[in-house]
Amino acid sequence: MAQDDNGGIELAETSSTALEEHGLGDGRIGDPGTAVVLDDAPVNPGFPEHRLRITDRDPKHNRRAERTVYTLFYLSIAGSVWAIAAYLAFPIESGKISDLRLSTMLIGLGMVLALLGIGIGAIHWSKQIMADKEGIDIRHPVRGTDDTRERSIEIFEQANEESGFGRRTLIRNSLIGALVAFPLPAVVLFRGLAPQNEDPVKDLKHTMWKAGMRLTKDPTGLPIKASDVTLGSVFHVIPEGLDDTDDVLDEKAKAAVLLMRLKPEDLHVSKGRENWNYDGIVAYSKICTHVGCPVALYEQQTHHLLCPCHQSQFDITHEARVIFGPASRPLPQLPITVDDEGYLVARSDFHEPVGPSFWERNS
Amino acid sequence: MSTSTDTPRLKRTGFTAAAANYLDERTSISAVVKEFGRKIFPDHWSFLLGEVALYSFVVILITGTFLTFFFQASMAEVVYNGSWVPLKGIEMSSALQSTLHITFDVRGGLLVRQIHHWAALLFVASIGLHMMRIFFTGAFRKPRELNWVIGFLLFVLAIAEGFTGYSLPDDLLSGNGLRIIDGLIKGLPLVGTWISFLLFGGEFPGTAIVGRLYTLHILLLPAMVLAFIALHLVFVVVHKHTQYAGPGRTQQNVVGYPILPVYAAKAGGFFFVVFGVIVLIASLFTINPIWEYGPYDPSPVSAGTQPDWYVGFADGMLRLIPPHWEFEWLGRTWSFNIIVPVLILVIFLALAALYPFIEAWVTGDKREHHIADRPRNNATRTAIGAAGVVFYADMWAAASGDLIATHFKLSIESVTHTMQLALIFGPIIAYFVTKRICIALQKKDRSLALHGYESGRIVRLPGGEYIEVHQPISEYDRWRLVSQESYAPLMLRPDSRGRITMSQRLRAALSRWFYEDRLTPLTQTEIEAAAHHGHGDAQPELEEAGPQH
Ligand code: HEM
Ligand code: FES
Repeated sequence: MAQDDNGGIELAETSSTALEEHGLGDGRIGDPGTAVVLDDAPVNPGFPEHRLRITDRDPKHNRRAERTVYTLFYLSIAGSVWAIAAYLAFPIESGKISDLRLSTMLIGLGMVLALLGIGIGAIHWSKQIMADKEGIDIRHPVRGTDDTRERSIEIFEQANEESGFGRRTLIRNSLIGALVAFPLPAVVLFRGLAPQNEDPVKDLKHTMWKAGMRLTKDPTGLPIKASDVTLGSVFHVIPEGLDDTDDVLDEKAKAAVLLMRLKPEDLHVSKGRENWNYDGIVAYSKICTHVGCPVALYEQQTHHLLCPCHQSQFDITHEARVIFGPASRPLPQLPITVDDEGYLVARSDFHEPVGPSFWERNS
Repeated sequence: MSTSTDTPRLKRTGFTAAAANYLDERTSISAVVKEFGRKIFPDHWSFLLGEVALYSFVVILITGTFLTFFFQASMAEVVYNGSWVPLKGIEMSSALQSTLHITFDVRGGLLVRQIHHWAALLFVASIGLHMMRIFFTGAFRKPRELNWVIGFLLFVLAIAEGFTGYSLPDDLLSGNGLRIIDGLIKGLPLVGTWISFLLFGGEFPGTAIVGRLYTLHILLLPAMVLAFIALHLVFVVVHKHTQYAGPGRTQQNVVGYPILPVYAAKAGGFFFVVFGVIVLIASLFTINPIWEYGPYDPSPVSAGTQPDWYVGFADGMLRLIPPHWEFEWLGRTWSFNIIVPVLILVIFLALAALYPFIEAWVTGDKREHHIADRPRNNATRTAIGAAGVVFYADMWAAASGDLIATHFKLSIESVTHTMQLALIFGPIIAYFVTKRICIALQKKDRSLALHGYESGRIVRLPGGEYIEVHQPISEYDRWRLVSQESYAPLMLRPDSRGRITMSQRLRAALSRWFYEDRLTPLTQTEIEAAAHHGHGDAQPELEEAGPQH
């Protein structure tokens, strides 16, 4: 770049001087590799003659272009004034969306005028009025000249000589070691991003469900009687007392459950899970086993649950096994029963971690 | 230095001159003006794409700074009590409350939010198009390979900026996006659980993430984007811009307009046009109506919700994995339904980042390249690019598979299966079709250069046959067509010890793949012969039958 003494010569001057000096041919340095280099390559015809614009030839057009440009700039000023006026004249504090839309639009359009006025005006000016003679810069190889490169090597060698960096290997290596080691404490400090004495794996393996805890409606927290759950209905469920916990969202992100009633004969129940449903009422974790979206689209006819995020589908008649989509594992089932008053309660926590898979899931 | 040379040669008076003198005596600014003031920039619409990216980033900086004066990056629970009635009395994080406040209680606040968001969408889009321009014209070749890598980093950083920003308001959609990221991270082998734990400061969603993303979004990432943009532009100046082939333009010059005044006026004006268009869109079209979504809650869902467009490809890739790709092995959970898409994305992006080095190795060409290719003239590269675009587009479309299915009344299964097939076969088909088209276009150029264009005038020869008269094209137009670079396939040669190394074999195979199908470059003699033959006498020229090359 520093070698570029050229600073944009105009074409008219260069076509006769610089171009002839540097030629129109290839003349490039470096190994062309497998490129085909022809002795008899097509010849560059050189620059075509410069054509005058209508604004160069006709003063009337030139004056009109000038008028257009300053009119646009004045319009821009008008646009700014308009935007300020719109800000003052159109309140939004009513909370009505129509007022908000109006204010947004009117302030915005004023700004649009202000911006486009400047923008289009400047471009029009440059295209129609400013001199449109193209210029030319001569390129130089990006690499430094041989002299420069030689000198820089010399400098490095001299520095090496004067410091003994290459010779005194003990100094050099111990310095490299120190430089590698010194950022490590900073890395370790970032351990503090998560609570110090907590094990994520333990947290992930449990939810707040436990034996006897009532199933309640999301978000009201009202308990659910088994008799309320009619055939084909779906309930979005949270554990009783969720709102009294410290981290409501953290707990909810693991404990959210979907409750459905099917005909008992439609359920294919595997060994050990015989008493996990109550008279065809089943509860499954609502957190997708793919990457954790809430699975909450229930197709009553097919008894399929659909996750809206990546379309995994779970078959409730077969203990929520995956029948489509990128998920791999069935949704964990929450064992349920009823208490003395007929309300649905959990028999226990889930028997496996809910939600997305993680490395230590089976450990 | 003698005193006589110190007297300025140019005696100017007046305020501007005095101010300029004052500055120069303290900053040496005149050297900068001398060096850069008349620097030449070539002109072409495709060179504007990078400018759009730059200008939308400036718009983002301006509007983002405004937003910081109001936004509260905190997940502390508050009860909403602002102007928007449907959410009154609802518990939410301070982050969402302050975003609602910007929207409903700060005049012009919604406008600024929407300018910020639309500018962000345009920012990433223009970077993508800009990358494609560089790729298809070969503007990444020596000496610009490193600048391609910087540009690639900017693309990745822009996506990261977008995603962190999208997550800040802590509304239902942004929380769902974070949920997906959390699940994705947890699925990574060995480190996943801990990375998620550290990122969220405990369990998902926790109360830390918005504040942390905020630091990334307004401090770290913008600082990196700014630094890389600065470096990117320094390199553009050092290398000088590429130009398309044209009469008088060579590998040793650059032809265009000087910075002062034309380019400054054009580019400066264009900034205002880009800004104006973004504001126009933002004042007319709602984006991200967080007041309709409400606060994040891990339980509700809405079908058919879409992430911002630029994360679509990653989301789509997740969707394309078939069921049951998760295994237990050695007592650990191997979530290949996550590992595989992540690997595919990483490899795809890595290939894009490294492509310039691959092509340079195949051609062995060590010269500088300052004339941008016409995409058709490098058929294999263009075909590879097309395959990449189709691959990306298919992943991206997959992210809207559910919408496509409901809109066209198809089953989600068939849409997904079609897209799984298209992910594999789409790029292959795109590759071959593009390559054929490029070569056909080259042949057309060739015939145009040699024989001119068909004038549409039919003439009957004395012998009775009919022919169409061809009109020659001007030498300037012809130059644009014939000044192309061409490569021959690499011949395998034993090295000095009489061996052929594996890497030589690979290179030769790649070179054959790249350059086997090609037209041999035209020579001046051929052009002149054709011209002579074409209009040496008044005889109209016959259209040549059969293959010409
Ligand atoms: C490349 C750069 C950037 C991109 C792509 C980007 C993108 C976004 C997006 C998509 C949002 C969501 C906004 C919404 O829909 O309301 C957002 C929010 C926000 N951004 Fe940026 N941003 C960028 C840089 C910045 C910078 C540099 C700042 C500040 C100096 C900033 C400040 C903010 C703030 C305060 C919010 C939250 C306020 C709100 O949501 O209304 N952003 N950003
Ligand atoms: S999160 Fe349910 S399918 Fe991806």
